[in-house]
Amino acid sequence: MKETPLSNCERDFLLKAIEEKKRLDGRQTYDYRKIKIKFGTDYGCCFVDLGLTRVMAQVSGELVAPKESRPNEGIMFFNIELSPMAAPTFEQGRQSELSVKLNRQLERCLRNSKCIDTESLCVVSGEKVWQIRVDVHMLNHDGNLMDAASIAAITALCHFRRPDVSIQGDEVTVYSPEERDPIPLSIYHMPISVSFSFFQQGTYLLVDPCEREERVMDGLLMIAMNKHREICSIQSSGGIMLLKEQVMRCSKIASVKVSEITELVVKALENDKKARKAGEKCGFAESLPQERITALKVGKTPVEVMDVTEQANDIVQKAEVSPQTVPSPLVPVPGVGQVGQGQQTTWGLEEEEEEEEEVDQEEEEESDDSTEQDKKVTKMEEEDSRGDVVEISDSEEEEVVILHPETADKALKNTGSSLHQKGAAPSKQKRKK
Amino acid sequence: MDSALRERVGQVLLPGDEFCCDTDGIISLSETVRPEKVLCGPGLRRSGDRLLVCKSGVLRHKEPNVFWIDSQQWRYVPVKGETVIGVVAAKSGDVFKVDFGGSEQASLTYLSFEGATKRNRPNVQVGDLVFAQFIVANKDMEPELTCMDSSGRANGMGVFGGGGLLFRVSLGLVRRLLSPGSELRSDLEKLLPCELVVGMNGRVWTRAADVQKTLVLANLLQSCDTMSCSQRRQLFSRVRQGAL
Repeated sequence: MKETPLSNCERDFLLKAIEEKKRLDGRQTYDYRKIKIKFGTDYGCCFVDLGLTRVMAQVSGELVAPKESRPNEGIMFFNIELSPMAAPTFEQGRQSELSVKLNRQLERCLRNSKCIDTESLCVVSGEKVWQIRVDVHMLNHDGNLMDAASIAAITALCHFRRPDVSIQGDEVTVYSPEERDPIPLSIYHMPISVSFSFFQQGTYLLVDPCEREERVMDGLLMIAMNKHREICSIQSSGGIMLLKEQVMRCSKIASVKVSEITELVVKALENDKKARKAGEKCGFAESLPQERITALKVGKTPVEVMDVTEQANDIVQKAEVSPQTVPSPLVPVPGVGQVGQGQQTTWGLEEEEEEEEEVDQEEEEESDDSTEQDKKVTKMEEEDSRGDVVEISDSEEEEVVILHPETADKALKNTGSSLHQKGAAPSKQKRKK
Repeated sequence: MDSALRERVGQVLLPGDEFCCDTDGIISLSETVRPEKVLCGPGLRRSGDRLLVCKSGVLRHKEPNVFWIDSQQWRYVPVKGETVIGVVAAKSGDVFKVDFGGSEQASLTYLSFEGATKRNRPNVQVGDLVFAQFIVANKDMEPELTCMDSSGRANGMGVFGGGGLLFRVSLGLVRRLLSPGSELRSDLEKLLPCELVVGMNGRVWTRAADVQKTLVLANLLQSCDTMSCSQRRQLFSRVRQGAL
């Protein structure tokens, strides 16, 4: 589907708000949104919520032949799926630019940093190694997919257990989970990526941009780090020029954030381990509490209302051009409502009465009841056609062609069919100026 | 059937519920038979002599004989005569393509603005916000918008929007905001002086005295979507105390 265009007024407002250090959801410049980590019933399945952005990662493993260049190392395979479930602009199956970018970033973050000991994945050198496959699915896109994907991927890898293998001479036995407990992967460190978005040519910086902030940003800097303050990957996109001090500052902020997020991940893993040990039912089905309506339910949004301290008088005095805010529609004459101020009309005034009636009718009915309105509009238009020749405007066009609808069959209740009839055979009447 | 419907006003109905015309087997010969006419609004559909419910929601009633289902929805389906907020997506010759959040973009000619002629074109750029109403909106044709009413006056419609914030809410909240005598609107008036443009496609534009207040207002409206009346009053009073 085509992307909804971002209006100029939204863009201007967002940039103005960022200049005043205000974000849409009331966060501070360096604040992350609420992160929630849940696990599925299988080992290696993990859901991560970053505000409204939702991501699921699933790790699986199978025995394959190793690469010829590296006969005693296991294989890691990463895949990020962008489905239309996340955003209507994503197309299933098509390798969009964003999808390629995310895939490359995740690979560099996890594979090149050597966070997993691939040599421990080797079973028989040159013949059988474990291929560990990480699939990340985007469930909802509200900005900052990269961070959510990296947290989900590394948490799922830590959570995953592979089947136990024993070698006796030439025989290789793979034990099922019932026979022997599966063993975890050996992970050296946990690289987590932190995204920084830049605005106004690098003047303003925001951590963890939401979707609307992403649409107005100039560029993005992604730093992947672990809690030992080692940078695993760093990437700048969008073509912005960054100063050395800015990059250093970002890396310091990233180290703080990464240590917080790593704590959260470790705690989540521990809780899950305890729950499984205690024999409690754990996993996706259990993590959703029952008998509660969760659709249309929105979490508490922390909104800063502390600075809104001016009195109404002050506001009125300080405002430069405060338009007349009419709280309710003006009623100049009973039965006529006026919203806003139109210009002086140059149209003929004979039609005023009928038009007032029409406005009156339309205001009375609830906007829900389209069928009723439809019929009233038909009646009004019929009355119009019976009027005399009226001077329409001083336009320089020679003749004005006015299309009149046929009288709709009032017995029909369905809106669809009556509209169709109207469109079918309009009658034309020419009126000279 | 009228009486059967009146009984269920205010109850939650699900698709599949139906109302039959002849509920009583006894026809009174002495009383005059008044033909009862029931006007079905959104969510109700007539099929033969039965009335079927096709959306889940609460049944509402308005005198004399109008019934409809009040359902909660986010996706907008264009309806003729409704005013919406659209974003101008493209300009091709004489026609603007406007995105209003539906399945396709609507077309808006430059002549359907007040006082527009071939030589006096309106100043509309790509990315502007327009407040317009539908003149053609059915499932077989491309939707068309206009920025003037049938007498040629703008009546509040047209291009707008410098300095404010546009955000999305559910269609139910929009209807509640626009209904006459809306409590939500009166509570909002007492809280913050602001400008508000409400489109029936779920888009709301707001502008208050400064950026902070505009953000507060946007967040308030988005969160009171799912609140009951008393919760909303509590929230507004908390905001008022935080402010003053």
